[in-house]
Amino acid sequence: MAQIYLDNAATTKMSKTAIKAMLPYMDEIYGNPSSLHSVGQKAAEALTESRRRIAKRLGCDEKEILFTSGGSESDNQAILSAATIGERKGKKHIVSTAFEHHAVLHTLQKLKKHGFEITLLPVSEDGLITEQQVENAIRPDTCLVSVMYANNEIGTIQPIEKIGEICRKKGVIFHTDAVQAVGHVRVDVQREHIDMLSLSAHKFHGSKGIGALYVRKGIPLTSLIEGGAQERGKRAGTENIPAIVGMAVALDEACENMEKNTKKLTKLRNMLIDGLSTIPHSVLNGDCEKRLPTNVSFCFEGIEGESLLLLLDDKGICASSGSACTSGSLDPSHVLLAIGRVHDIAHGSLRLTLSEENTEEEIKYTVSAVKEVVAYLRGMSPIWRDLVNGKKEFIIK
Amino acid sequence: MALYSEKVMDHFRNPRNVGVIENADGIGEVGNAKCGDIMKIYLKIEDGIIADVKFETFGCGSAIASSSMATELIKGEPVSEALALTNKAVVEALDGLPAHKLHCSVLAEEAIKKAIQDYYEKNGIEYDKTQFPNCENCSHCSAHAE
Repeated sequence: MAQIYLDNAATTKMSKTAIKAMLPYMDEIYGNPSSLHSVGQKAAEALTESRRRIAKRLGCDEKEILFTSGGSESDNQAILSAATIGERKGKKHIVSTAFEHHAVLHTLQKLKKHGFEITLLPVSEDGLITEQQVENAIRPDTCLVSVMYANNEIGTIQPIEKIGEICRKKGVIFHTDAVQAVGHVRVDVQREHIDMLSLSAHKFHGSKGIGALYVRKGIPLTSLIEGGAQERGKRAGTENIPAIVGMAVALDEACENMEKNTKKLTKLRNMLIDGLSTIPHSVLNGDCEKRLPTNVSFCFEGIEGESLLLLLDDKGICASSGSACTSGSLDPSHVLLAIGRVHDIAHGSLRLTLSEENTEEEIKYTVSAVKEVVAYLRGMSPIWRDLVNGKKEFIIK
Repeated sequence: MALYSEKVMDHFRNPRNVGVIENADGIGEVGNAKCGDIMKIYLKIEDGIIADVKFETFGCGSAIASSSMATELIKGEPVSEALALTNKAVVEALDGLPAHKLHCSVLAEEAIKKAIQDYYEKNGIEYDKTQFPNCENCSHCSAHAE
């Protein structure tokens, strides 16, 4: 079996249509959109057209789209902008969740050093937060609520519309990191009362190094990069036209095929979940209904994730894990800890994230490969021996 | 994956001496599940020689490879040689480990020492306690927590 790519939450393969659309902007239409001459103006047209297409897909005005280098920059800029607005009004409290991406968490930590108070809402065992939690956490001095649309590790989808409604009612800016959601589920910033939204092209078959921040009209942005009038003065630097064109095309493609893809992916995802659930002492991370059609995340007791990934790679399967050893950091994933998985269990995690290119045959092969590797690693695990011999109690029943 | 040397990958993919020795003369277990690695070494000692050695490991690729290499290095050697095995020797034999994985080789050294200590204790053999790691104050997990 050839290589099976199941790490689409990390990054996706680029869309052929997007690549094709990008090429002319690296070749004959190489102009700088800030230039007045015709070569530059052709690039400027592409910029405007791409902005219009992306805005349409999110349900906003094109003036509300700011191009950035990707999800992390968008998250940084959204949060720092809301903090600047809040500070001016003497509001220095921010509500977020314990399982956000580090682009959000680290930015919040930075603000904490500048005197902001941060409330990180705890996450349920199913990987969900509720709108009531958000409502209860909002104070008169709250300047921002930032809740991710869908979690990058366990794929759970949060009640964004309801949270948006509460924030709008209370007059608090609502930002959502929608990096894992855009292009995979229907996002509508109007209906969902979203004030700021981060997205990244390479999660929906666009290129790396490009993303966008949607900002509702009337919310002033703080620029992170100074030095030019690009993006209405809020993000200096010559626009990455090829990548922006590719992002617009990839998003259009993803949205046009969403219904069809969702149906296919949900079937594959459920096949994978059902298959892996037959492994004894394993557990699915995150709610099985309120989750992205692309995400499968499991913990297997008695083994460690990195060795699992290396052996799966030997079998041609590209996967990911929240184990400490795979991240270069020393603790297992903060997401798995946030949903209450203890360290021992979180080390044995496996994330498989699908794309519409995956097939049923690949899923069947993957299920049997994971079963085989888990059994092999358990066979050499002293913890597993103790569990089986009753010297230790199983944590996952 | 370029993270590891070919030697590490070889010992990870085809680990030597995996398993258990029934009625082992010495058993040493180090690490803990919270940190993500546990190593257990079983020794069969005959006439002061490591006649057989087996290991079980819960851990990442380098933990499994370090266990495998360490057991290879001491098999057939006198106990005194096994006791002198350093984590550095394990790392060198593996053609290196990434910096953040060096603790895996430390675990291998300590697991062997602990198994030998167990052998001494079981057989009432006098030994110098300072030669052995003190697991109560082991730096391994506190280093992890930093």
